[in-house]
Order: sequence, then C-alpha cells, then structure tokens
Amino acid sequence: MNEEQTATRTILDPGNERVPGQRPAAPRLGGIEGRTVGLLDISKPRGDVFLNTLEALLTERGARVLRYAKPTFTKPAPVDLRQKIAVECEAVVEALAD
Amino acid sequence: MDAAPEIESSPDAGPSQLPANGLVAFVKRDCPTCELVGPVLAELAAAAKTSASPLTVYSQDDPSFPEGLHPRDDRELAASWRNKIETVPTLLRLDDGRETGRVVGWHRAEWQELTGVTRLGEALPDSRPGCGSLSVDPARESQLRARFESGRLSARRVQLAELEDEFELAHERGWSDGLPVVPPTERRVLDMLEGTERDPAEIVATVPPDLVDCTVEKVAINAVMAGCRPEYLPVVLAAVEAVCSDEFNMHGVLATTMGVGPVLIVNGPLRRRINMNSGVNVLGQGNRANATIGRALQLVIRNVGGGRPDGVDRATYGNPGKLGLCFAEGEEDSPWQSLAVDRGFDPSANTVTVFTGEAPRTVVDQLSREPGSLARSLAAGLMGVLHPKLGFFMDAMLVIGPEHARVFADAGWGKQQLIDRLHELTTVPASEMSRGTGGIEEGLPLPAEMADQPVGKFVPGALHLVFAGGGAGLFSVVIGGWLNGDAGSRMTTREIGR
Repeated sequence: MNEEQTATRTILDPGNERVPGQRPAAPRLGGIEGRTVGLLDISKPRGDVFLNTLEALLTERGARVLRYAKPTFTKPAPVDLRQKIAVECEAVVEALAD
Repeated sequence: MDAAPEIESSPDAGPSQLPANGLVAFVKRDCPTCELVGPVLAELAAAAKTSASPLTVYSQDDPSFPEGLHPRDDRELAASWRNKIETVPTLLRLDDGRETGRVVGWHRAEWQELTGVTRLGEALPDSRPGCGSLSVDPARESQLRARFESGRLSARRVQLAELEDEFELAHERGWSDGLPVVPPTERRVLDMLEGTERDPAEIVATVPPDLVDCTVEKVAINAVMAGCRPEYLPVVLAAVEAVCSDEFNMHGVLATTMGVGPVLIVNGPLRRRINMNSGVNVLGQGNRANATIGRALQLVIRNVGGGRPDGVDRATYGNPGKLGLCFAEGEEDSPWQSLAVDRGFDPSANTVTVFTGEAPRTVVDQLSREPGSLARSLAAGLMGVLHPKLGFFMDAMLVIGPEHARVFADAGWGKQQLIDRLHELTTVPASEMSRGTGGIEEGLPLPAEMADQPVGKFVPGALHLVFAGGGAGLFSVVIGGWLNGDAGSRMTTREIGR
C-alpha cells in the first residue's frame, strides 16, 4: 500500500475518546432503621405522591427522611444540590415522573 | 497512526530546511518568468562568492533547472509549502533563520533592494509577473496539506484493517446516525478546517449529556462525516455553541420523551454564499447545506456528547428532523424584518438560531384573502400544538409561506402586529383548557374560580415567525415547541464567526 492509500485507510476518531471510569458501588446499608434517607423530587407532576408514600413507609420503619427537589426535571441536578445530598444522607431515592 | 512521510515529520530535518542566512529562490522550469530570471540568479550566485549572502535555489519541477546553479530538489514541495510560496519566482532573504524580506515575480528595483546588488538583469524588462507555485495548485493543495500538516490534528487515529470497510466501520463503532457517513480522513478533516480561522484545538463548547469539552477539530471531523463543505463549518460551530448553552438546554431536549430536536434557522448574507435553500421544498431534502449542517450538529451531540437514542435520548417517537433540520430564512422576499433582526442582530450579521421543535406540520388556508380571516386560520393551526387543551408554558414557530405573508403585507400588517394578533387568538378562557372540558380528561389543572380568566397558549414573546417556502401554495407551517423558559428550552441565537 502506498502512502496515499494508507492515509485514506486512516480515519480520525469522531468521539470524545473518553475512557469510562470504574467505580465500585457504595457499601450497602444492611437496613434502614436509624439511617438518613434522602428523597429527591425531580419536579415532575405527581412525583410528590410517590415520595409522600415512600416517606411514610420509611419513617414507619425507623428511617430519618430528608426531602430535596431539583429546580426543573429537564436539567441535571445542580452540583450544589448533589453535594448537599451526598453530605447529609446515607441513601437517596430519586422519584421519576407523572 | 500518523501517515505523513517520515522525512517531513520533523521541521528541522531534510533538504526542505532553508539555510539560516542568505538568499533563497523558488522556481520552476514550467514558468517563463523563472526562465527569464535564470541569468539573474546566476549573477546573484556569482556575487555570493564575494559576499555574505549565499544563494540557494529550490526547483519545484526539475532539479536540473536553472542549469549550473545546483538547485535543491523540491518536487515534493515540502520547502515550498512550509514557506507559503504562492508565486514563482519568489526570492527570500534570511537572517539568523528568520525571513527578513520577500519579493515575488520579477521586479528589478525590488530584487536590487532585497539583494543589495545593483544593475541586476540589465537585459531584462523592468518587471514581469510570476507564475503560480505548484504548492498552491488547486489539484495538489489538499494532498499537500494532508502530507505536511497532519500534525495539527490531535484526534486519535483509527487504522482500518486491510479487509475492513470504512463505511461499515462507522456503523459498527456507533458513529453513524443510521445513514452512511463520509470517512473522516486526515485530508478531508484538514480541508474542512480551512473553512474556519479558528485553531483546531480551541474549545467550542461543553457538549451534553456527557459534558465533554469539544474542540473545533472534533466538530470538523463530524462535519466531514455529515457531508458538509468547509464553508459550512462556521455555521456548524455556531450551532454547537448555541445548543450547548444553558438557555437552550440540550440535555433536556435529548432526555425528554417528547419528539423534539434542534431546528436551525440561518440568517444573513452567508446563506446565499453557501447556497442554502429558503424556497421550494425548504424543509425537505435536496440541498446540501440545509441537509448536512443540521446533521453535523446531531453527529456532534451523538459522538462527542454521547447523546444517543435509547441512551440519554428517551424520545418516544422522535421525528425525522432529528437527523438534522436546518433551513434559511427567505430574507430577500420577505415583507418583514428577519428572525435575526427580531432577536437584536444587524441585518448584515450572519447568525444561526436554534429552536427546540417537533416535526413541521402544514396549515392550509387557500381561501382567506384578508388578514383577519387568515390570522384566525393560522391561530387554529397553532392551537393544535401538543394538544388543543394544553398551553401556558409553550412556544412555537410559524414558518409563513410567501403566499400567506403577502395577504398580511398587502393589507399593511407588520410582523409584530401579526404576532400580537396570533397571541390574542390563542388566548382563551381557562374553562376551555381545563381538565375535563369537552369530555376530555387532558387539560390544564385550573381551579374552577379561574374559569373566566384568559389563558395564553403561548408564553409572550415565544411565538416566532420565520419567512420561508416555495412561491406557490397558500400554506404555512407550524413547528411546535416544547417547554419554554427556564424549566425547558429558550430559542438561542449565535453570530456565525469565521
């Protein structure tokens, strides 16, 4: 193969060339009694119906529940909110929609 | 793997490296002016024996020309390319490795000034223009760029195996939107980068959903794949910037189950220079710029941002415009100012505006000859966006056709007057949009005490008019939007740079 042919057989990667990071899952809690569980509302209609029920069930089982909400469901949660949840909770449940 | 020949990979290596001092001439035999100055070069070579200005001659086509001067062989054109020689003969002066003077063609006075040698070429006419350098011959330029400038590109090289098909490879690696893509070779990508003055390494935007910093080079690679010509690249770059803004919210546009995607509208003189379509079949197939600019944007989102169907793209249906939907406004024929001017830009500016839109839908009205009737027709078409009983948070684009626009223009209606009227006509009592009204459960969750309150279907300022379409047909087109505002996506405009 000559130089010109080799060049046409070489293409440039159109992708982001990222290597996915590998992170182990966080250790399991083993139980919820006495644990702090965050409930994240993504601000879609009726997400509160699901989370209110979940809060009642978790509280009944001895968990401490903290509630959070994203400003809008169409954008990722702001970094500050993610950090707040990570600092304040041992587990988090994110409610999806509708 | 870098395919450039080894001898040219180092700027310091080989005979293409100019001497640090003295005079350097670039010539080719196939140039009458070079033939003409042959004796002058011989005079300079003779003068060099008694001065500190040695003469080095590079010959582009015949290393035996000019005879007796022992020219360096530049048939590979490496020295000519690196020194940006556009004309032969070109005479350079170098001092301590830096170019301190350059003359092109034959001009006795200039040659004498540059060389410090008087009475040069007394038998010659005073001046004679040169010929084109082989290094800028259009038939060779692209190949030379790939040979000598591939070092400008930093993307990972993917070498195809001997039996591998370059078109199938793109599908196998997930780089295609489903249609074939043009293989992005170094040569094609370098040619594409000629379409912009921006540095290939410059960051254009941080592309969702993976939030990846995207370089001009990566945009160029995807523009090659989409089938763009280099002169479209600045439009694609501006579109990438626009959709990656917080106000446009590309992440949400991808993630929604709604069938929306970026709709691109191009304004300004550039539309014509790149032959965009704003007329017959404007939202359809057949025009290269319209078809490939929108596609390039979508490939950037897919390949750089990682936004793929069934990944972060959760659209229930999507729409065919998600392959790419881009068109130009028909500014020349419009009775009104352009969308870009509506958005605060000068008419001479080149802009791309991105709007989150569904598939286009035609509104037919072949009978209205007065503006009041036609406005009601168009409003009725607009009420259908998403659902006739949903509204309040929405936006939409009305692509008004020439025959419809004429009805308003002939009656003296301005653009804002029509927009205001459409807002009025799409504002209805809350009771008409409430859940349960008309035996339909869907609707707005409005309390009974609001029954008589007016509810606007569209957010004020979020009904956008664009003039485009073929000259025959009493039609316009509605492109329904998504969620307008901070919770969703706002129409965004960026000026197209160089």
